Amino acid sequence: MSVLVYIDHAGGKLKKAALEATTYASKVAQKTGGEVTAIALGSIDEGALAALGAYGATKVLKAGESHFDNFDAGAYTKAIAKAVEQTAAQVVIFTHNSSGKSLAPRVSARLKAGMVAGAIDVPNTDGGFSVRKSVFSGKAFADYQIHTDVKVISLNPNSIPVEKGDGSAAVASFDSGVSAADFRIKVLERSTSTDSIPLPEAELVVSAGRGLKGPENWGMIDELAAELNAATACSRPVSDVGWRPHHEHVGQTGITVRPNLYIAIGISGAIQHLAGVNNSKVIVVINKDSEAPFFKAADYGIVGDAFDVVPKLIDAVKAFKAQA
Amino acid sequence: MKVLVCISQTPDTTAKIAFTDGNTQFNKDGVTYIMNPTDEWYALVRAIEVKEQAGGSVTVVNVGTADNDPIIRKALAIGADDAVRIDCDPKDAYEVAAQIAEYAKAEGFDIVFTGKETIDYNGFTVGGMLAELMDLPYISMATHMSLEGNTATIDREIEGGQEKAQVDTPFLISANKGLAEQRIPNMRGIMMSKRKPLKVVAAADIAALSTISSYELPPQRSSVTLVDPENPAELIRLLHEEAKVI
Repeated sequence: MSVLVYIDHAGGKLKKAALEATTYASKVAQKTGGEVTAIALGSIDEGALAALGAYGATKVLKAGESHFDNFDAGAYTKAIAKAVEQTAAQVVIFTHNSSGKSLAPRVSARLKAGMVAGAIDVPNTDGGFSVRKSVFSGKAFADYQIHTDVKVISLNPNSIPVEKGDGSAAVASFDSGVSAADFRIKVLERSTSTDSIPLPEAELVVSAGRGLKGPENWGMIDELAAELNAATACSRPVSDVGWRPHHEHVGQTGITVRPNLYIAIGISGAIQHLAGVNNSKVIVVINKDSEAPFFKAADYGIVGDAFDVVPKLIDAVKAFKAQA
Repeated sequence: MKVLVCISQTPDTTAKIAFTDGNTQFNKDGVTYIMNPTDEWYALVRAIEVKEQAGGSVTVVNVGTADNDPIIRKALAIGADDAVRIDCDPKDAYEVAAQIAEYAKAEGFDIVFTGKETIDYNGFTVGGMLAELMDLPYISMATHMSLEGNTATIDREIEGGQEKAQVDTPFLISANKGLAEQRIPNMRGIMMSKRKPLKVVAAADIAALSTISSYELPPQRSSVTLVDPENPAELIRLLHEEAKVI
């Protein structure tokens, strides 16, 4: 099957999630016999796009007009739908992040193509086309059978490892047929903390809750995260009172993460919080209350006061790194 | 402003998740159902605030069977003016979106609200599909909206930050935490909700594009391995050698 993968980028740089999506597209193409074409919209360096060849893309379509630097899911959808038609793609891959969550459903509805949102594994093509995703806030998995000729999949970040080989993709300019008049949303500003790892893409996450007692105590959390090269997160009460920004809030009404390692410090583990983290591969809980429900969902635990344990843990990480 | 809010019924957050018929059906036995949290707390309440600010009406729409009537009445009790239930048992998000689009496209709504995702199938999909089928601009995961005349300024969550955008009515917005504060229905609202119109309309002939073939529960985590708080180096060793995550 011919596969089209949408390349999400920020400020002209490829996101790790885009490399995962290309790797995934390449696995789908290998499995079903076909080639991978990538599509990128807006200002991005052609060299960066050509590098997608090492992840399995044969060709990259680029529509670089400046109006694409303004994100509008409706206008983007028209461009992507045209690329699907032009490449006769049968599978269209997105990343299940803020852009992909806006775009993939629109593309699916426009093409009347069945969709699976938040896939966590490559499709099973034995006697159909079935894709696995997490449902009931991480409490179960479901296998979705897609019944249409064209299929849309958004891939959950951090679900499959990036695989890099050799090669370079041919970058071709793409006439999307989309003009400035197609844009009905005007983006006024974007603000992101560029110095840290985006939480949904992070392989390691250090998260803290009310047990930290106040925002002034986050220094040691930031330090532990920096030593581990991890992203920081928090529980709902902490973002509700403004100790930490909302985009760090993990849980039912916040974001869902599935890192390799989730370290929860001073978080009791309410079911709403677990809904955002229980697909993490390994969970470590540090809490002074041995009865905290989070210990039941944890792989490793330390019963102790965060203010005693975390500084020692930082020293232990430093020692580990020095030795490695 | 003529406003539409799409609401969905989901199992309660604390519901036990189990399956029947060889793991092909969700086991509804003993499960309490609620209005999907982001639909109720943020989408519905922000819609009511629009009416309070600019006048107009708030209609709620649900795609489901008569089992969904209690959550629809609750939406009316919180402050919606009237409700429409499209009578069917949808199999996927496309079917939900397409049914709503069939009903809504001739109604001339200025703003359509959905929650960002439901807590059962976690798709984030109905809003985007509906926007495409109704040819509306779509801003997802909105955390704040201000409205002046026909122009809305909306903040939405993106990876590690936020984006501020402007859009004119008509448009579709999916609601994230921050967009509004939860409201509890009062006694007067509950009494009034019984007299507010809940229209049941027949479903259009629309087929799902995907179906769930089977479910699986995740493997049980083995019980927690506790490490001495005086010796965090042991934790690092276990994470490196046993779990192999660092």
